[in-house]
Amino acid sequence: MNYNLDHLRELESEAIYVLRETAAQFDRPALLFSGGKDSIVITHLARKAFYPAKFPFPLVHIDTGHNFPEAIAFRDALVEELSANLIVGSVQESIDTGRVKEETGKNASRNALQTVTLIDTIEKHAFDACLGGARRDEEKARAKERFFSHRDDFGQWDPKNQRPELWNLFNGKYNQGEHFRVFPISNWTEMDIWQYILMENIQIPSLYFAHQRNVVFRDGTYLPESEFLTLREGEQVVNKLIRFRTLGDITITGGLESEADSLAKIVEEVSVARQTERGNRADDKRGEAAMEDRKTQGYF
Amino acid sequence: MENTNKTTDLLRFTTAGSVDDGKSTLIGRLLYDSKTIFEDQLAMVEQASKRKGLDHIDLSLLTDGLRSEREQGITIDVAYRYFATPKRKFIIADTPGHIQYTRNMVTGASTANLALVLIDARKGVVEQTCRHSFIASLLRIPHLIVCVNKMDLVDYDQEAYDKIVDQYRAFASKLDVQDIHFVPISALHGDNVVNRSEKMNWYQGSTLLNLLETVHIASDHNHIDCRMPVQYVIRPHSDEFHDYRGYAGRIAGGVFKPGDDVVVLPSGFQSKIKSIDTLDGEIQEAFAPMSVSITLQDDIDVSRGDMIARPNNQPTTTQEIELMLCWLGNAPLSPSGKYILRHTSNEVRALVKEVRYKVDINTLHRNEEDLEIKMNDIARVKLRLSKPIFVDSYSKNRITGSIILIDEATNNTVASGMII
Repeated sequence: MNYNLDHLRELESEAIYVLRETAAQFDRPALLFSGGKDSIVITHLARKAFYPAKFPFPLVHIDTGHNFPEAIAFRDALVEELSANLIVGSVQESIDTGRVKEETGKNASRNALQTVTLIDTIEKHAFDACLGGARRDEEKARAKERFFSHRDDFGQWDPKNQRPELWNLFNGKYNQGEHFRVFPISNWTEMDIWQYILMENIQIPSLYFAHQRNVVFRDGTYLPESEFLTLREGEQVVNKLIRFRTLGDITITGGLESEADSLAKIVEEVSVARQTERGNRADDKRGEAAMEDRKTQGYF
Repeated sequence: MENTNKTTDLLRFTTAGSVDDGKSTLIGRLLYDSKTIFEDQLAMVEQASKRKGLDHIDLSLLTDGLRSEREQGITIDVAYRYFATPKRKFIIADTPGHIQYTRNMVTGASTANLALVLIDARKGVVEQTCRHSFIASLLRIPHLIVCVNKMDLVDYDQEAYDKIVDQYRAFASKLDVQDIHFVPISALHGDNVVNRSEKMNWYQGSTLLNLLETVHIASDHNHIDCRMPVQYVIRPHSDEFHDYRGYAGRIAGGVFKPGDDVVVLPSGFQSKIKSIDTLDGEIQEAFAPMSVSITLQDDIDVSRGDMIARPNNQPTTTQEIELMLCWLGNAPLSPSGKYILRHTSNEVRALVKEVRYKVDINTLHRNEEDLEIKMNDIARVKLRLSKPIFVDSYSKNRITGSIILIDEATNNTVASGMII
């Protein structure tokens, strides 16, 4: 008998371990659900971790109001199927109540505003651990992130003062007002995610598959036509066969030309990709330390 | 380029070294030659290299993550990197060599199957080599690869390489490492990293990547002594699963099967395994490192922190442990300090009963005079616990033999320990 797990099963087992540890060590955990593939995979893993019970935490969606309609429809269907508890934190509400000010100017987006809504939502519900789908391979500031990532009472991450994390012994102790971000799929790569979705046949939003869409070519990527997109001089709307490699706000998520209309074809495409998946994300293009800066302030 | 083949396994390895050893260059080389680096990442590094006034692409820039690291040109914290070949998926714990070296190395080493030790061919075995190797042996990393780097700077000379290999073997005889390999490389030029060197025909062994791909890791887990720390009790309270109680956990050792006799510690109650459940159905055997949920035939009291083992093969139940402790905290160990000890899913309070000696990790000498334990110190200590825990020696099982200490006042993780 060969007692050896393949890499996907080992990563799955590690993530389930982290999910159970979160439920055991914290009083009020929550799962940050963006509607993207990574948070869908975590939700799937959470089902596995607590089967046959329901997973013991709500899904929390930070809603910028700038969504792909398909992503919201998918979220609602999934919540219904799992009879999960969904909590929505609204960026629009944060704007209306004066907590944040809408960005203006050429590359305005609501991406940065989410951080305030997120931290307000965490405080309002007194969540002490927020499960997230961040992966260490995504971005270089994330490469040093812990599974159990401590946040001070301002919700901030201090990259130079992280708790050492050894073996599988996680320290989730905190003082009043502090909380943790927990990343069960830290060790997964984009390829692992897609292979796992294929292996487990996990449902994902149609946006990930190649489809015809009206888009505008801007900054090297195809931005979807939407009510939030204002054409600039010389730009025109074209119809292309595209798909999205990541899902964020409709205002900042660019698509790529692709014919991959099945999971198997996506895995094939990702395996020969020569650009990182966040290369189509305008939010990471704001400078070399863009992600690190947002993270220290409390971003996902 | 990553593979699409699903049946590959996972190798976790740690690297250690300072900037001068070319560690970042080696990692950059592995990622670059295995085609893991994407065009946009490469473009960023190219730009950054130009800004620094270099005429070649500085592959080490690929691995500097944080702003202050780039500013100071040093690596501060353990960084994790990923690449895959058609044979294996790899996780690198990239640990800095100078700042807080012990703390970072121990962290990286704790989950590694393999350690890469880098030696500068011009310098041979130096203090840092000994330090890295000792920590690898202390943390019981099963495999070790010694890369003699910068062979280009000694004209790819076999004699220089052989001398270092001999020197290292003499030193390593004092350590407890079973499986050691040596490779002469030039990370800068790529010799024997991914591609075989044309300048060292005298070397008949494998390239570094080939070694990483073929090291036998299936036996790295303990598949003999059955241990499952109970992590969480699953109670659905639904009509369909009314009286269901699943004991969820990650197998730490041995092979569990339905029908097996088991004992639950600390109660000592015995039962048989009724089923091993997953969302995908019942399974017929579970082994490390699988996460499963076990149901028992008898209704006995089991909760988080308990340990499921076999009646005829149990861990040691003890309220006093002796261990090798690595101090990680900023403040030194306080002899009267109160610490929380975390072992598997269990948590107890701990007092330091005795500090036996400190180890000078550069010379391996024992120091029995100066017993103050500060950050980066390694010491043999005895702890007294508020409740019994269920332990194996670290040499028998890295999961049931390891602990961390948490300072009750700050909640920080201040030490890690390997039970003797």
